[in-house]
Amino acid sequence: MRTIALAGPVDLEGWRAAARGLLAQGVPPDEAHWRVGGEPDLFAGAMEPAAPPPSPQAPAFSVPRAFMDMAALVACHADEGRFALLYRLLWRLRGDRDLLGRSTDDDVFRANAMAKTIRRERHKMEAFVRFREIADAEGALYVAWFEPEHHIVELTAPFFVRRFASMRWSILTPRVSAYWNMQDLRFGPGARQSDAPGEDRLEAHWLTYYASIFNPARLKIGAMKSEMPMRYWKNLPESALIAPLVREASRRAADMIAAQPTPEPRRAQIILDRMKKAAAQPVAAKPAAGHNALAGVREEAAGCRRCPLWANATQTVFGAGPTHADIMFVGEQPGDQEDLSGEPFVGPAGRLLDQALAEAGIDRARAYVTNAVKHFKHEPRGKRRLHKSPNAGEIQACRWWIEQELPLVQPKLVVALGATALYSLTGLRSGLLKMRGTMAASELAGEVFVTVHPSSILRAGEGRADAYADFVRDLRKAKAALARA
Amino acid sequence: MAAPDLKSRLAILADAAKYDASCASSGSNKRDSRSGGIGSTEGMGICHSYAPDGRCISLLKILLTNHCVYDCLYCVNRVSSDTPRARFTPEEVVDLTLGFYRRNYIEGLFLSSGVVKSPDHTMEQIIRVARLLRETHGFRGYIHLKTIPDADPALVQEAGLWADRLSVNVELPVEKSLAEYAPQKNAGTIRRAMGGLRLRIEEAREEKKRTRRAPQFAPAGQSTQMIVGADAASDLDILRASSTLYGSYDLKRVYYSAFSPIPGAGAKLPPVKPPLMREHRLYQADWLYRFYGFSVEDIAQGAQAGSGMLPLDMDPKLAWALANRALFPLDVNSATREQLLRVPGLGVKSVNEILRLRRLQGLRIADVTRLARSRESFKPFIVTNDWRPGATLDSAALPRKLASAPQQLSLF
Repeated sequence: MRTIALAGPVDLEGWRAAARGLLAQGVPPDEAHWRVGGEPDLFAGAMEPAAPPPSPQAPAFSVPRAFMDMAALVACHADEGRFALLYRLLWRLRGDRDLLGRSTDDDVFRANAMAKTIRRERHKMEAFVRFREIADAEGALYVAWFEPEHHIVELTAPFFVRRFASMRWSILTPRVSAYWNMQDLRFGPGARQSDAPGEDRLEAHWLTYYASIFNPARLKIGAMKSEMPMRYWKNLPESALIAPLVREASRRAADMIAAQPTPEPRRAQIILDRMKKAAAQPVAAKPAAGHNALAGVREEAAGCRRCPLWANATQTVFGAGPTHADIMFVGEQPGDQEDLSGEPFVGPAGRLLDQALAEAGIDRARAYVTNAVKHFKHEPRGKRRLHKSPNAGEIQACRWWIEQELPLVQPKLVVALGATALYSLTGLRSGLLKMRGTMAASELAGEVFVTVHPSSILRAGEGRADAYADFVRDLRKAKAALARA
Repeated sequence: MAAPDLKSRLAILADAAKYDASCASSGSNKRDSRSGGIGSTEGMGICHSYAPDGRCISLLKILLTNHCVYDCLYCVNRVSSDTPRARFTPEEVVDLTLGFYRRNYIEGLFLSSGVVKSPDHTMEQIIRVARLLRETHGFRGYIHLKTIPDADPALVQEAGLWADRLSVNVELPVEKSLAEYAPQKNAGTIRRAMGGLRLRIEEAREEKKRTRRAPQFAPAGQSTQMIVGADAASDLDILRASSTLYGSYDLKRVYYSAFSPIPGAGAKLPPVKPPLMREHRLYQADWLYRFYGFSVEDIAQGAQAGSGMLPLDMDPKLAWALANRALFPLDVNSATREQLLRVPGLGVKSVNEILRLRRLQGLRIADVTRLARSRESFKPFIVTNDWRPGATLDSAALPRKLASAPQQLSLF
């Protein structure tokens, strides 16, 4: 049996040097006995004298990075067997490089569980340290008393440096204390609770907050205890309130449920009347013709419920552009971006349309753009929503708004972009590709120029360049048709 | 009239804020105070305490004032309630936040407010608190601001410069209920506000990719809350609404808040204990479509026919699996990740560990038990090298065997 004495409970470097030596000498795990300074030793007295730590010059043995990360956590565990476990894992790793992936192996499982315990304990220390403010000659000083179950003070102190770099603070614990003077982090000997201040000027406010944020109608004590185990309570000032809050909770909840509705305070009616009056104020006289009439229709459309699509959409996306535009483009329906912003053709298809119009020599700023359907139809898919084509009923219901827009804008040329617009404007349910680049008869607009929707180009994959060129060619024809109109 | 002291106002304005379920302090960018100021956020939120209601206390969650001109029936602060009223000055909130933060009581501030004078005025006051904290005091902790949907979009834009997270509450899952219970609120306005936030958050994220100096805008995103059990909406109504919200506005979270009796309630509200188990099942279903590849219509297969309610005595994944027994048992040594995620009792972490382990070795039932760390509800649904469920999967008694006794969550 070889005994290795480590300097202290978190002496990972000492363990590492010794383990390297033991491996080099081929000492199997059950012949190595690890002792930690300051911890009780089960074998004390029955042992041969401690062997000197093996030479640190022993050949290096490469281990997976994940092992050292885990070892750094496991070393902080209070379990006396932690260094023996780490050495056993190291020993076994030589013969099985995949060992750490065997998560149900007894040693691996135990080490992972210990690492998890330490991560949790560190997290709880970050949460449950409570500073009390005192003052000395240099100003304010924040002091906490904390009793961790594992050796995590050195591991956790840097968190408090990052968070409270501009404060002087000390965290006192039974084994070791951490001090930050706004420049250096130092560790010193353990302390006693009486070394820490016993009160703080804001603690009563904190207790008031704790008591007030608690909802007595939803008592869930088990959930509280599993996240805030009782062993932490003794150093949490608010824990003194838990028993009385729990005791009174059911009575308070029952009282609320039993209480009769209370009468309204007098000022309520005054405020409500004032708000009603403000809401009833006429906004502006109803517009009569031209520009104002279009604005009026737009306002009406904002509340449209002619089909069920409004329910899952953000808003109605009405047409946009100069009131008496020469050319009017009718697309399918708003997409994701249009639905959010309320403007038509601002998403990827809209940008493509802009580009194609510029190439075809059509001034986008002088065109009126709108859609056959004015709400975005979609279905949720995980964290996104997928476009769904509107059906015939929805297109027909929304034709009402195109019928309003056409006579108010009075464009010289209407361009149907894609099958939905073609159906809305002409009633034709097929033949888009045969008709593209030509005029089709329309009940609503007399005649419309037919082409594809720009989103079909985005979906064209490898044929995208050709599809785009065809689209621009159509738009040039539309420009020529406009000149003739 | 002299203002009551700070402590009694804190009692009123914390009490008034407690019906907002969110207390998250996670998901923001990493920053700390080593280069100045005070505070840090490191990605993971920290719960500094827990109240006996089992809820995490991470942020100082208060209202700036509980005076309110709105008359939302479910709200303790509605204009027609006779609850005691109070207000803080922005400077008082700043001092309290910093004082609590220095003592490590909190991760930061969640500030909301009743609507006073006008939505714009209220929003300006909220912004002022956040700006003082960030600019005057170099505060680097977490700030969550409630935005008022009717406020000027320019003010919401400014709020996002100081806040980690913004939220707008949809309050009730269906529009009809909102009109009935919150007559001055408008579902369209609320949705437009959330749509505008998503656009701005994504724009800022793009700018940040181009230049690190671009200003941040709500780096921890947006969330919302709806109240469960105040109106007649079913679980499926609620889940359809929330899945649409997630998809439409890229929400980090939808919080479901079991309607809880309030002091001085109006006559229209159900005078009952909050439906905590129902709330719990909704969260489980929410997880299923965010992390487990379920659609709401999948979840609907496990709901009670007709009522649209999820069963209370088993989790929604188990309910789905019992309605789809023909898809089981699955061999954990060969099933796909998508399939394994549908096995009752196996969480995302367990599934990932199963996939990792099975690349090295065949799995026995003891391995799965170790990795699942749960009650063994997965046993009838899987096959391993040394385990077959036999006829249990088809047994009519299986639902009864796997269902938990109706739990009274409030027992000590």
